[in-house]
Amino acid sequence: MTTSSIRTENLTIRFGGHAAVHNVSCAFHPGELTVIVGPNGAGKTTWFNLVSGQLTATEGRIFKGEQDISALSPSARAKAGIGRAFQLTNLFPKLTVLENVRLAVQAKAGQGPHIFKRAAAMTEIRDKAFHFVEATRLSAVAHLPAAALPHGDQRKLEVALLAAMEPDIFMFDEPTAGMSVDEAPVILELIADIKKDRSKTILLVEHKMDVVRALADRIVVLHNGELIADGKPTEVMALPIVRDIYLGIGTEEVA
Amino acid sequence: MSTVTISNPITTTAQRRVPAGRLFVYAIVLAIGAVLMFAPFLFPDVRAQEVAARICVFIVLVASYDLLIGYTGIVSFAHTMFFGLGAYGTAIALKTMGPGFDAILLGGSLGVLASLVLAVLIGLLSLRVKAIFFAMITLAAASVMMVLASQFFEYTGGEDGMTYTIPRFFSPANTLIADENGKAIRIFGVAANGRLALYYFIFLSSLVLFLAMLRIVASPLGTVLEAIRENEMRAEAIGYRVVAYRTSIFCIGAVIAALAGILRAVWLRYTGPDVTLSFDIMIDLLLMVVIGGMGTMMGAVIGVVIMTLAQFYLKDLMASGAAATSNVPLLPDLLNPDRWLLWLGVLFILLVYFFPAGIAGTLMGKGDHK
Repeated sequence: MTTSSIRTENLTIRFGGHAAVHNVSCAFHPGELTVIVGPNGAGKTTWFNLVSGQLTATEGRIFKGEQDISALSPSARAKAGIGRAFQLTNLFPKLTVLENVRLAVQAKAGQGPHIFKRAAAMTEIRDKAFHFVEATRLSAVAHLPAAALPHGDQRKLEVALLAAMEPDIFMFDEPTAGMSVDEAPVILELIADIKKDRSKTILLVEHKMDVVRALADRIVVLHNGELIADGKPTEVMALPIVRDIYLGIGTEEVA
Repeated sequence: MSTVTISNPITTTAQRRVPAGRLFVYAIVLAIGAVLMFAPFLFPDVRAQEVAARICVFIVLVASYDLLIGYTGIVSFAHTMFFGLGAYGTAIALKTMGPGFDAILLGGSLGVLASLVLAVLIGLLSLRVKAIFFAMITLAAASVMMVLASQFFEYTGGEDGMTYTIPRFFSPANTLIADENGKAIRIFGVAANGRLALYYFIFLSSLVLFLAMLRIVASPLGTVLEAIRENEMRAEAIGYRVVAYRTSIFCIGAVIAALAGILRAVWLRYTGPDVTLSFDIMIDLLLMVVIGGMGTMMGAVIGVVIMTLAQFYLKDLMASGAAATSNVPLLPDLLNPDRWLLWLGVLFILLVYFFPAGIAGTLMGKGDHK
C-alpha cells in the first residue's frame, strides 16, 4: 500500500502506574476504513485522545504522513487534517445546529479571526455549513439550539461537525451509540460516502458487528491498552484470542 | 465529500420569524438611544446631563465587559483597571501639558497602549489557567494598580484624584454658533456652547464604540468566542486556538475600556480612584451586566440605564414618596431617602428573580423556539 497517512509509534500513556495505552504501533492508509474494537476499558478512546491531541503521550510518537505531530496542540492537529468526533456528545449547546456546523466550516476556511466581516453575510461558509446539515438530515432542526435536540439528532450533529472539518483523517468514536434503528443508517451512509473518496483515512470505534462487517477493511483489536490483533476482518475475527475476549462471537453484538 | 441524496431539501435562505421578545428588546434599546441622542434638549439641567453622559460611557464600558464575561466566559476583575488607565493617561496629560486636544490624544493613546500591553501580559501569562485563578490574577493586578495610583500621588493626586481643565472648545464659555450679539444661539432653549459639543463628542464616540462591538459579536470571531464559552475543548478540537482567541478578546476589551476611560476623564474634568479604579465601580459593572443580561450586548444598555437611574434618582423618588405618605404610620420611615440602598437591594433581588437571564436575556429568550 501507499505510505501511511497516520501512524503511531510505541504510543504509551500512563496514569499513575497504569498504562491505559501501552506500546501501540500501527499505521493507517488513505482509502482504508479501520474498525478498532476491544472491550470497555481497552484504551480505544484513550488512543483516539492521544492521536487527536486531547491527551499527551507519556512515550511514543505520532506521525501524520511524514510530519511528527506528537507535540502539537489539538487545534494544530485539527488544522493538519485530523478530525475527531466524540463518543459522548460534545457540542456547543446554546448555539444552533447551523452555527455549530458553521463554526467547523469556518475553522477549516481559516476565517475565525475576522472581526469586521459579518458572519451571517459570509454566504459561502453558510451554504457549505448547510450542505453538511442536509447531509446529516438535520435541515428541519437547523435553527434549534443543539441542547434542544433529541439524542439521535445530537449524535448526527456530532458527525456533521466532523464532516464539516473536512479532514484527511476521520476518527469516529461509536458514532451510532444510543441511536435508534432508523437513525443509524444516515450516519453509516455518510461514512460509506466518505469512504468512496479514496484519499481519506477512516478510523472507527464501533461495537455493532453488523456495522463492522458492512464497513471494515481492517480490524485492530485493543485489549488492556495493548494492540493484540490487526488484519482483515475475517482473519482477525477467527483468531482464538479475539474469540476469547469476545465470548459469544457470531451473535449480532460483541462486547 | 459528495452529497448524500436528500429526500426533502430545505433552502438555505429559509426565512425565520424574529421572536417578539427580541423585537421588544431592540425597541427598548433604540428608544434609549433616541433619548440619549436628544438628552441635552429633553433634560437640560446639569444633573441630568451628567446622568446621560455617564450612561453613554458606561454602556461602552459594560458592553466591553460583556464581550469578556458574557460572550467568552472570561471572568476578569481588572476591567476598571483598564478604564482607569485610559482616564489617568488623559488626566495626567491634560494636567501637565495644559488643556489641548494634543494632550487628550497623547495621554489617551498612552493609556490605551498601557492597557494593551498589560492585557497581553495578563492574557498570555494566565489565560491558560482555570477561570477561578484567572479571576484572582486580575483581582491582584487591579489591586496593585490602585495602590500605585494612590502611592504616586505627585502624578496621580493620590486618593483625592486630580482636577484639570479640558480644551476650551468644550467649555461652556465657548460659543459654537453666535447670534448677532456674539452670544451662543439657543436651540430649543439650549445654548449652543462647548458643553453641548462635549456631550455630543461623548455620545457619538460611545455610539461608534458600541456599534463596533455589535459588529464584533456578529463577526466570525464573535461566534468563535461563544463557542469557547460553550465548549472550550470542542472549540480547540475543531481547530481554534483557544488561548489566542481568549487573549485577543481580552485585549480588545481592555482597549475599549481604556477608550471609555478617556471619555469619562474628559467629561468629568476630574479623575480619581473612586470614579475609575475602585472596586465599587467593578461591582457596579458586574451588576449592570448581570441585570441587563450577559452575552446579549443589548443587556449592557438596559442594565446601565436601570442601575444609573436608580443610583441617581431613587433617593429623590423616595424623598417625595416619604413626603406624600407623611400622615401614614411607618411608610415615611421606610421611604426615608437614607434607606435608598436597602430599596436598591430589593430592586436587584426582584430583577434577578424575575429575569434570571438578565432583562434582555430573559426577554429575548421569550417566544424563541426552545
